[in-house]
Amino acid sequence: MRRGFARIGFVALVLAIVLFAVFPFYYAMVTSLKTGTALFQVDYLPRTLDWDNYRAVFRDQPFGTNILNSVIVAAAVVIASLGLSLTAAYALARKAFQGRGLLLMTILGVSMFPQVAVLSGMFELVRGLGLYNRLGGLMLSYLILTLPFTVWVLTTFTRRLPVELEEAAVLDGAGPLTIVFRIFLPPLAPAAVSTGLLAFVAAWNEFLFALTFTLTDDQRTVPVAIALMSGASEFELPWGQIMAASVAVTLPIVALVLLFQGRIVAGLTAGAVKG
Amino acid sequence: MTSGIAGEGTRVAWWLLAPTLIVLALVAGWPLARTIWFSLTDAHLADLAQARFIGLENYLARDGGGWFGVLADPLWWRAVRNTFVFALVSVSLETLLGLVIALVLQARFPGRALVRAAVLIPWAIPTIVSAQIWGWMLHDQFGLINDLLLRVDLIDQPLAWTADPSLSMGAVIVADLWKATPFMALLSLAALQLVPGECLDAARVDGAGAWRTFWFVTLPLILPALGVAVLFRSLDALRIFDLIYVLTPGSEDTMSMSVFARQQLVDFQDVGYGSAASSLLFFFIAACTIGFMAVARLRPSQGVNR
Repeated sequence: MRRGFARIGFVALVLAIVLFAVFPFYYAMVTSLKTGTALFQVDYLPRTLDWDNYRAVFRDQPFGTNILNSVIVAAAVVIASLGLSLTAAYALARKAFQGRGLLLMTILGVSMFPQVAVLSGMFELVRGLGLYNRLGGLMLSYLILTLPFTVWVLTTFTRRLPVELEEAAVLDGAGPLTIVFRIFLPPLAPAAVSTGLLAFVAAWNEFLFALTFTLTDDQRTVPVAIALMSGASEFELPWGQIMAASVAVTLPIVALVLLFQGRIVAGLTAGAVKG
Repeated sequence: MTSGIAGEGTRVAWWLLAPTLIVLALVAGWPLARTIWFSLTDAHLADLAQARFIGLENYLARDGGGWFGVLADPLWWRAVRNTFVFALVSVSLETLLGLVIALVLQARFPGRALVRAAVLIPWAIPTIVSAQIWGWMLHDQFGLINDLLLRVDLIDQPLAWTADPSLSMGAVIVADLWKATPFMALLSLAALQLVPGECLDAARVDGAGAWRTFWFVTLPLILPALGVAVLFRSLDALRIFDLIYVLTPGSEDTMSMSVFARQQLVDFQDVGYGSAASSLLFFFIAACTIGFMAVARLRPSQGVNR
């Protein structure tokens, strides 16, 4: 009898967790398919399939451009961060040198920076380099978010590779760059994918720098576009369109995350638990 | 592990590190130094080059019988209080809920992979999107939350969740719970999976029940990993910006330290004053981080190969 109750309780708990996790996004989808006065009525199931909001978002607003901006910035930042951190991670994981511990701590410390702490200095730098209201300004500033993270996680993963791997290469007289890119890169590739994915999500979601360093609609990234979406008047937010835009940009990310969930969990835990 | 002569290895290591270090110095070190410098000047956003050194006046200054500066600004202290209330409540609840979800996910049951995937969804959603979704669900007139609560007679009239001073912080915390609990759940789950099965078996043989096993065996074993996760979340919560900026725009009842600093910097164009606020936040978070690292290093159980 007691076991029966415990089982029912467990199932109820699982259902509550799933409902809590999934429902808000489901509700955003339901809302995104409604227009006009239907929006002012709470529906728990979709009544109509009205795609007008999606059309409006891509036709009346430069939302396609915003998505493209986000993809370009995030991809550039991920490639730059991974490229830089591969050699750095090799040095930090495989070479014993003075100040290594301090350096690792500093890099971890940078990843914990409050972004606002560099805001005015970064603003000056971005403007000084002529990158204000340009995607280049975002690519540059996002490195502070992604680079410490990718270095840290790749260092953890590099440490796990067997020592024999490079010993043979060193005996053959291979230089450090050959070792990094020819010997270490292939076994590190899965780890690099999960690290890159997490960095991509971080850059894709970034808001404070994108809000501050861009000015015009056509340079904005997705989060800023969604945050600043406005309707005919200040008091009449176009909720249907906001939800449509939210769903449109979130579905690919959700698909990506579900596809790579094992890799993502591995990257997250390497970044934090081992720290 | 060291290859060849130590000196040679060191030289190679620094060469390999150089590009990363140069970039980090450019995008982190330099802007941070400039922000701290600006906090000692009367810099204005329109013309940063005209900044003049004024000492600590942005932090605290006495002028004609009154105190001025960030440290004498009631709004700043309000932002400090808001940030701490938010961080304390949200991180505690997220840790608790995350642990519960992790324990559920650790049990073997059909559909477990699906549940884990579902839990990942809020984590994948951009903070801005989740802020908008919650803003819509908590809408005072057309929101789903009011509708639900009215249906079950918990309230007799719709509440203005994001505008009412006594409710808005609660609204921010709920939205944050939704977004950040998955992170805590995943990290707790990873920690749970590292607990050796023999320890649990030994406890079972000794006749300890599920609750006692968790309290006296599992929890002490996962505590170091859990501590690191809590630190990460806390530092994240202390610098919160996006969610509050979008969910409760312009509200002083939920304004965090980051929101305060950006408002001074960008909206009021007062770079000196805003930089002073940012620098205070930075020094505070740095002190927390260093303090935690010192404590963690003293513990032998934390001796990960560093």
